[in-house]
Amino acid sequence: MITLVAAHLLAAAAAPALVRLLDRRAFLVLALVPAASFAWLLPKVVAGDLVTQEISWVPGLGLDISLRLGEVSGPFSLLVTGVGALVLFYCGWYFKPGDTELWRFSAVFTAFAGAMLGLVLSDNVYVLYIFWELTTVLSYLLVGHNPERRANRRAAMNALLVTTFGGLAMLAGLVILHLTSGTPLLSEIVAAPPEATVTVQIAVALALVGAVSKSALVPFHFWLPGAMAAPTPVSAYLHAAAMVKAGIFLVAVLAPAYADLAWWRPTLATLGIVTMVIGGLRALRQYDVKLLLAYGTVSQLGFLTLIASIGTRSAAIAGLAMVVAHALFKSTLFLVVGIIDRSAGTRDLRDLSGLWRLLPWPFAAAVVAGASMAGIPPVFGFVAKEAVLASIEDLGADTGAGWGAVALGGIVVGTILTVAYTARFVWGAFATKADVPPCDIMRRSSWFVVSPVLLAAASLVAGFSGPWLTTILSRAGEAYPAGAHELELTLWHGVNLPLLLSLTTIVLGIALFVARRAVAATQHAITDRLPMPDAEQSYYAVIRGVERVSVELTGRVQRGSLPFYLGTIIVVLALLPGSMLIRAFVLDEGGLDVDLADRPAQVVIVALAVGAAIAAVRSRRRLRAVLLVGLTGYATAMLFVLHGAPDLALTQVLVETFLLVTFVLVLRRLPPFFSERPFTADRWVRIAAGVTVGTVVAGLALLTAASRIADPIGQEFAEPAVSYGGGYNIVNVTLVDIRAWDTLGELSVLVVAATGVASLIHLLTDRAERISRVPAGSGSQRWLQRLDAVRAERRSVVFEVVTRLVFHAVIVYSIFIMLIGHNEPGGGFAGGLIAGLALMVRYLVGGRQELDAAAPVDAGLVLGLGLATAALAGLLPTLLGGGVLQSAIVDIPLGPLGELHLVTSVFFDIGVYLVVIGLALDVLRSLGGGIDQHVADEDQAVGV
Amino acid sequence: MSVDLTLIIAIGVLVACGTTLVLERSLTRILVGFVLLGNGVNLFFIVASGPPGAAPIVRDNGERMADPLPQAMALTAIVITLGVTAFGLALAYRTWQLEGHDDVQDDLEDALVIRRAERDDLSASFDEVDESLPEEEGADLPAVDDEVTDENAETADDEPHNDGAPDAGGTR
Repeated sequence: MITLVAAHLLAAAAAPALVRLLDRRAFLVLALVPAASFAWLLPKVVAGDLVTQEISWVPGLGLDISLRLGEVSGPFSLLVTGVGALVLFYCGWYFKPGDTELWRFSAVFTAFAGAMLGLVLSDNVYVLYIFWELTTVLSYLLVGHNPERRANRRAAMNALLVTTFGGLAMLAGLVILHLTSGTPLLSEIVAAPPEATVTVQIAVALALVGAVSKSALVPFHFWLPGAMAAPTPVSAYLHAAAMVKAGIFLVAVLAPAYADLAWWRPTLATLGIVTMVIGGLRALRQYDVKLLLAYGTVSQLGFLTLIASIGTRSAAIAGLAMVVAHALFKSTLFLVVGIIDRSAGTRDLRDLSGLWRLLPWPFAAAVVAGASMAGIPPVFGFVAKEAVLASIEDLGADTGAGWGAVALGGIVVGTILTVAYTARFVWGAFATKADVPPCDIMRRSSWFVVSPVLLAAASLVAGFSGPWLTTILSRAGEAYPAGAHELELTLWHGVNLPLLLSLTTIVLGIALFVARRAVAATQHAITDRLPMPDAEQSYYAVIRGVERVSVELTGRVQRGSLPFYLGTIIVVLALLPGSMLIRAFVLDEGGLDVDLADRPAQVVIVALAVGAAIAAVRSRRRLRAVLLVGLTGYATAMLFVLHGAPDLALTQVLVETFLLVTFVLVLRRLPPFFSERPFTADRWVRIAAGVTVGTVVAGLALLTAASRIADPIGQEFAEPAVSYGGGYNIVNVTLVDIRAWDTLGELSVLVVAATGVASLIHLLTDRAERISRVPAGSGSQRWLQRLDAVRAERRSVVFEVVTRLVFHAVIVYSIFIMLIGHNEPGGGFAGGLIAGLALMVRYLVGGRQELDAAAPVDAGLVLGLGLATAALAGLLPTLLGGGVLQSAIVDIPLGPLGELHLVTSVFFDIGVYLVVIGLALDVLRSLGGGIDQHVADEDQAVGV
Repeated sequence: MSVDLTLIIAIGVLVACGTTLVLERSLTRILVGFVLLGNGVNLFFIVASGPPGAAPIVRDNGERMADPLPQAMALTAIVITLGVTAFGLALAYRTWQLEGHDDVQDDLEDALVIRRAERDDLSASFDEVDESLPEEEGADLPAVDDEVTDENAETADDEPHNDGAPDAGGTR
């Protein structure tokens, strides 16, 4: 079954290409997928086979793809695939040829069909939720198909917000159900429901909130008519046949376990009847035949929820029959509306006239489907409605509930309205109206009417196949005890209460239609006088409130001032860890064991660092501040050496040097002094903040170091570093193997930073042209070529010659440092930085041209190559039977030369090396060469 | 465990100086402070990791090694500091190029939001709902209250007809 869902999603992925190839006929190919699924499912559902499938996904969370084709999901899955196939077929003629948005629509629509199928087949609550929200999101995209219209945007957003809200409530309920029952499988939860404690009841109620919102019941009903902004196939499928049935599906699945909760039936029955009546009344007032159907759908969904929630054997069967009937007739009617819309160019029943003669087939389909909707024999809607009435009649006998008659009365009122708006629809869409000029229509392909005619025929055939359908649908009833009467779906039961009620509703409904003007006037007179609570207005009020709160909150929190944000962090740091620190020192009994210094040399170095740092703060010259900060960096490197961290010291020295030059490259353009600052209170605040943070951090360092009682975990790294990582330098093995994911992430950061630097300098220049990062012109390859770019007074021949002589040796040395890193201090970072410094010296000697001569490659290429190398090196071990980023050690015999001991993480280190060189190149080309270019341009401009 | 006081002092001073500078407006100063903070915090890692020892390279001389794990972390941090500082410098240069100084300004968009909050306003992107309900039967009929009906009829004429999807699927 997962294959079916996957096939839909694959088809969705292929849809854009298909549309490009076949234009709107691509829908015919796409329709094959649900059609094939239908063909696969049909024999299994008819035979009543229980098919289950389980695919392990995240077992730790109880999240496995458990699919189940059962008694309830069987008929639902047939509807989803069958109607889906026909609607997709219909799309092949609905859209205009060459529609530019079709590639997206076709993909989203097909994916929706797959998600919907997944929803009705899922047995695992979380998988159900995932598919549920997938349908929500895809429906959002489909409703907002034409985002340029404001009404569409709002309708899509409303549908999304309302159904997502419900979906989240449902998720909470499902999680509770999973935890209390101990199983995430719906079938198991329903088979052995957890005791109905308050918690469980809340969970069930939350799940029902999801169902009610998805199925557009009062008070969430307003999103559905709005969603009619979608193209008509979407309305026919999502908002009639499939998605809105999801809530009813959930109710039907949960009913066997929870229908006996005291509040279940009364609540859902009330909601259902209120929705049914409100929807019916609104439908009676619509001019737009599509909106009329939309309100009709709201009404019918109320009806369906009511019957699905009853939870007796006969109601379960009748409910399922009604779901099938509704899907068939409502999709037919929507598709007919689509044809009218495309043929006559309007859906306003005040402009439509005489169509029954012009569109005979759609008219016939609409009459059959309308009869089914109104419950007129011999169509399936009549059969199903009879069954519903019969099962409600037995409500008292089956459950002991005393309000069966009230429910019956509500249904009768709703059904009268249904008959009336059905009549209004058929009359409005097709009748020849005396006061309306007959419509001109555009002739459409006869294939366009195939889908609605087939669906209408299905309604008719089903009407005569009651007994056969009874055997299929009654399996869903087996979860309940046998009721007072055995239900049978058939056209003729003899004269009984349901038949009499049906006749009454038909007569009264037609009467209501005939007196429509008076009825409408009365309705308006009432709503104008009585201020009704309007769900939609309340919803907008809530949305507006949320918007206001968010503006207030953003205004308070997001001040847009860097010092403000940092200040907040500092205050929190001083208050929380700071207060705990004071407490720890106060409570401390043993006293701190403090040494002045482990190594005497430290005292001097620290004094140097402290002096330099303080001087850097006081400095008013930019350059001086930077040099002083470099000094603290070198001092830190020396402290690393003394502590036993040669790798760290090496990297620190290299980075500090590179950074120092980079600073200078930028500072040559900035004013030499920091802007004049008055000696204000602000400054003292900053200093106080600095001192506070410094004290807190120093205290924390003291406390954490003094509290250590265990041996550092790093001590354990030595053995695996050698045996698994194949290297003796534990720090390097940690970087390229033990914590290689970290390093991979870091490489990405470097790539982003380097690209950011380049874009800030090159791509956003005020001259509109894009400057390439590729060096211009390769020039002569002559060694020790004369430098023309540098003016004579700046040249130093000795510097030039020495640099060029040494450059290649340094590059070789950097590769050496990278390669030995596995066993000695060094590695990709150090090697890359050495190579970067070599390039930097070349740049300092001869500017851009010299740098391009030294590295005639695009920095972006080097960065990408490095990242790709590192990633591939991470994947390589999987080919050798290991995990991602695991080192594999390969010993390659080299004959008389001995053996090459090759560790795959060397390739990872090569990636690191390349990324660092790429960063260096980008920095030099941008902050070096790029700024040079700007200077030259400015000079030129001044010269002109 | 005994703690090395000089290193603690170094951490404290580096962090204090770094924080002071980071709170400034000039981006160059902020970056200088950022580098100072980085050095201080890297030292913190090393101090917290335990007593000094031999370089963490496996040899068979039985010497006690310094903890390699925080070293690997700090090494990563050092290189990231390089990348971020370089980016910050590019930003500083760019600001100077556009504005003539390298001061970090308050965000204009945020200031606008603050002003909206003070005026009890909605966000700029909020789509205010207009009352464009579709026309309904009966709204144009002479009902009991004439005034109300007239209003309804007028608004109904003004509003665009809610025609939903026909053009939604159509060509552009």
